[in-house]
Amino acid sequence: MFDLDRWREIFQSIGKNKLRTFLGAFTVALGIFIFTVLFGMGNGLKNTFEEFFSDDATNTIIVRSGRTTKAYKGFKEGRQIQFENEDIELLEKELGNSIEYISARIYKGVQAKFRQESGSYTVRAVHPEHQFLEKTMVDEGKFINANDVKNKNRIVVIGRLVEQDLFGKVTSLGKFIELNGIAYRVVGVFSDSGGDNEERLIYAPVSTIQLIYKNTTDIDQINLSFNKALGVNGAKKMVRDIKKILKEKYFIAREDRSAIRVRSVFDDYQQNMQFASMLQFIVLWIGIGTLFAGAISIGNIMVFVVKERTRELGIRKALGATPSSIIGLILQESIMITALAGYFGLLIAIFALEKMGNGLKDYFITNPAVNTSTIVWATILLIFVGAIAGFIPARRAARIKPVVAMRED
Amino acid sequence: MIKIEKLHKSYPIGKSSLHVLKGIDLHIKEGEFVSIMGSSGSGKSTLLNIVGLLDGHDEGNYYLNGQLIRDLNEKKAAILRNKFLGFVFQSFNLISYKTALENVSLPLYYKGVNRKERLKIAMDYLDKVGLKDWANHLPNELSGGQKQRVAIARALVTNPKVVLADEPTGALDSTTTDSVMDLLKDINNEGMTVFVITHEEEVASQTKRIVRLKDGVITSDELTKAAKAV
Repeated sequence: MFDLDRWREIFQSIGKNKLRTFLGAFTVALGIFIFTVLFGMGNGLKNTFEEFFSDDATNTIIVRSGRTTKAYKGFKEGRQIQFENEDIELLEKELGNSIEYISARIYKGVQAKFRQESGSYTVRAVHPEHQFLEKTMVDEGKFINANDVKNKNRIVVIGRLVEQDLFGKVTSLGKFIELNGIAYRVVGVFSDSGGDNEERLIYAPVSTIQLIYKNTTDIDQINLSFNKALGVNGAKKMVRDIKKILKEKYFIAREDRSAIRVRSVFDDYQQNMQFASMLQFIVLWIGIGTLFAGAISIGNIMVFVVKERTRELGIRKALGATPSSIIGLILQESIMITALAGYFGLLIAIFALEKMGNGLKDYFITNPAVNTSTIVWATILLIFVGAIAGFIPARRAARIKPVVAMRED
Repeated sequence: MIKIEKLHKSYPIGKSSLHVLKGIDLHIKEGEFVSIMGSSGSGKSTLLNIVGLLDGHDEGNYYLNGQLIRDLNEKKAAILRNKFLGFVFQSFNLISYKTALENVSLPLYYKGVNRKERLKIAMDYLDKVGLKDWANHLPNELSGGQKQRVAIARALVTNPKVVLADEPTGALDSTTTDSVMDLLKDINNEGMTVFVITHEEEVASQTKRIVRLKDGVITSDELTKAAKAV
């Protein structure tokens, strides 16, 4: 491999046969280019899916209540179950460390007004930990804190678009906004990657809304996230535990499916990532197919090269070239062309993916790119492909009888 | 140097086979200048290929430099060719993209001589055939006679035991034929064994021994006037 004379021979042969070298190199470069671009786009597809679901924390569990469908322990069927503040305390007590974050949610449709501007919005009354469950980004001011809940402060954190709609260019922080005629002080402005609807929400402390509207302890739903250390099976067990705890508390039949409903984003996430992985797998196979087409075509070219050089190889053999030196010569040339051309194709492809960036976001491709390990594997594959493509013609070349070879023109 | 006993060779042609050499006995000693004469189809090229280890034989014994040649694999044959034999072909068989100097030095590459040494020796041999000034020219920039002289330099460069020439003047006009034959004579006079195959009486008569071949058998084997004169 490090025989300088052999390299000299190869460079001379390449230099004197530029067209066929170019054709071979071009095919390989194209193959690798298509492979890399497709693979990168496959990654982009996966990124899109990931982004869709990364709006909410992927370990979120949502608990909702409904009507019972079975009579149980003296209660009739069709009873509406209503969660209360103490349910959260109950879950925290029973599940302990398994819970990462937990928050109540109450929804209220409101008419919001600041000076002359007004509009209809939804208030989401929550606990402080809700910020982490929904991945809410506070752009200005602060989010609801424990004190706000404890003191039932009349404050709100408004979405970026709420501020834009009602306040225009005026800063909203510290101003008072009227919700159904009651004034709240704006303490923060947030944004959310979940889209426009998420950014038209208004967050308020759960206790404040409970006090103002009928002074109850009712809550509409419970959002929580599980400790990621639990893993898939731990998370599934936790979902079962939540159902069991709440069913016991509200006297609900074990088989009742609609009174307590638990939805886990995790399930959806897993399912969708599987779908994305499958798509990526298909794209990968298309890429590998292309690469093989490239390999076959360089093999073809090497067969042609050997045919073209039959006479020369025959002369070399007459002068004392051993079969292994002939194989080495052809193989080394093939590997070198494949590796260099392939690497060139790879660089162009990486550049193309870079340029593409998020330009194809409308087609569900986000930030297409390939990682280092893919590049390393592609390089190894290239050398392998070059060796395979070169070996069969090289072996054929080594078997050429000098007498026969030199007769050919 | 070359000793052949009852050599037979057939080539398969379809289902039957063509019996080309039918029991050849030939002994060539060191320093001889031998020509094999015969019309086309007499088997002379086949004989040269067997002697040159470019092809195998079916029956009989062949000793090269005292060594029995039998069931050689490609690698051994290649090494023996490189060590003992130098080839000159009718169609020159120079590598088209290499200069005269590179063509001459190629056998030394396969012998494992380093580049610097190789080019020095090759240049000496080019000088010997009178083409030192053409060292960096490609074959297509040379005349037929010059090409054959490059080929002869290439055949000599490894200092072989025997130079095998297959119709060395077949593609040349009469003037260049003479100059090539003079060169071969000079080489022989320096002690090299030269083995020429030809169908031209002119050429054969300049060697020292003529072996006539017809239909795969030797019909005559005699010394020429040139030999008697020495």
